[in-house]
Amino acid sequence: MKEAISLVHKLSAHPDSRCWFVSWSPNGALLASCGGDKAIRIWGQEGDSWVCKNVLQDGHQRTVRKVAWSPCGNYLASASFDATTCIWKKKNDDFESLTVLEGHENEVKCVAWAPSGTLLATCSRDKSVWVWEVDEEDEYECVTVVNSHTQDVKHVVWHPTQELLASASYDNNICIYKEEDDDWECRATLQGHTSTVWSLCFDATGQRLASCSDDRTVKIWKEYPTEAGQGDLSWKCVCTLSGYHGRTVYDIAWCRLTGALATACGDDGIRVFKEDLTAHADEPVFSLAAQVKKAHSQDVNCVAWNPKEAGLLASCSDDGDIAIWRFQEED
Amino acid sequence: MLTSHQQEVFCEEVARKQLDSRWLNDQFHDYSWLKTSCKMSGSSQLENANPVIFQRSGERQQTAAEEDEDVHDPIDDREIFDILYKTTQNDLLMLYFANHPLSLEELNVVEQVRVQVNDADSTVSVEFTPTIPHCSMATLIGLSIKVKLLRSLPSRFKVGSGFTIKRSHLCSSNETWFFLIQIDVHITPGTHASEAAVNKQLADKERVAAALENSSLLEVVNQCLTSRSL
Repeated sequence: MKEAISLVHKLSAHPDSRCWFVSWSPNGALLASCGGDKAIRIWGQEGDSWVCKNVLQDGHQRTVRKVAWSPCGNYLASASFDATTCIWKKKNDDFESLTVLEGHENEVKCVAWAPSGTLLATCSRDKSVWVWEVDEEDEYECVTVVNSHTQDVKHVVWHPTQELLASASYDNNICIYKEEDDDWECRATLQGHTSTVWSLCFDATGQRLASCSDDRTVKIWKEYPTEAGQGDLSWKCVCTLSGYHGRTVYDIAWCRLTGALATACGDDGIRVFKEDLTAHADEPVFSLAAQVKKAHSQDVNCVAWNPKEAGLLASCSDDGDIAIWRFQEED
Repeated sequence: MLTSHQQEVFCEEVARKQLDSRWLNDQFHDYSWLKTSCKMSGSSQLENANPVIFQRSGERQQTAAEEDEDVHDPIDDREIFDILYKTTQNDLLMLYFANHPLSLEELNVVEQVRVQVNDADSTVSVEFTPTIPHCSMATLIGLSIKVKLLRSLPSRFKVGSGFTIKRSHLCSSNETWFFLIQIDVHITPGTHASEAAVNKQLADKERVAAALENSSLLEVVNQCLTSRSL
């Protein structure tokens, strides 16, 4: 079986600037991008090409670092270097700014919606992770501020099924948080990376976590039940992918449909890894299925699998472009 | 210091881009920490490029072959050094009249800047040796060097949007080099107590981008980059 990545479309999304992040809407029809030009753009397909449907310009005073869609697809959250997180509501074909979440002391690096749609997490260079609750009246309230990291927190991601949160930091560690008695606390600290951990993602079931780092490796972590059953969680690193990436790995995405793992790298390349399903569950084996060495002319900052269409992958780069790729397994 | 007439002539020269390193050295011998001689010990074997060391005094000798425009120069680290050196000089001189109060030389914060070119990887590595112990100052200097180099290089680079430029096409005329070079700036190993901490910050492009967006910090960086006493 031969695998290949082919370019479907390339867009000059944030001209004269860098594109930091792309995110697919839950129905897979729209792609949100954000960048150094302080804008968010929403892209949709029209016939064979992709067009910009909306430009959300005045929401932030500085770089917009990440965007995240709510599970229902009606809201978009944006995290910015201006220390705020903006919540946008989709109204027909337009987006309006609903509210601005303030509180972080400096740049917000990430925002993520919990699968329930009622919780939101943000993280910042101020070393903290904030958990916010939203009610039926679109009111947001911060419920917890957790300070488990000793440095800049780069990324937060929610578990696909449980109310569990993971964060990645400049301090080289990953923290896992769970709620107990209305309090969110760090239940496990995953150490192993030798430099900044830039991004994280859970697999489809949430039993495993993939992380990528400035140390040019990707690590796969698996949860193990503790003897006591309750209390602290135990996560172990079961696989390390090294030697594939020439520079910092900025993002990692685990396809919920196919199980393929995609990475975005500072060497301008995109790589897709596939798991050898015959390997033991405690010692997974991943091999490089396909790569595009020069996916962009500059660093690739983000990769995202389309949640509905298997094999469709979006990426974005410091060169300001967004690219849409198709990862195919040819018989 | 130049007389006002000399200043005028000087400005015209800058505008016409007819400056060359010998003329500059005659006029301003000790003008800045970014100046002057390089000890080229490498050949055109770029895989084994030896570090080029900037020092505070001395002259760079131009060979006859270099001055002969008909002789095609192979691209090597000397060429890249020239680009960095010449464009950096021009840039500095144009800023000369901007009247900013601080310069890195005045602060005496940098002793040595070492440039290393590796053609195989398309990388340029710049090492600087700070003379002060404070971490934040060292980061600032590193940031200044990075910004200076990137502003000086004639490429598609935009300040604040990235410190990674990749090698591509080179034109034959010295006036229109298009260089895409990977630039890494870090502290000379063993010269600073918190070098690991400073190097990590300088290597983190997200942190650097955010720092440069902070306009007051950018102002200080700009101030560091200008030289008052030439």
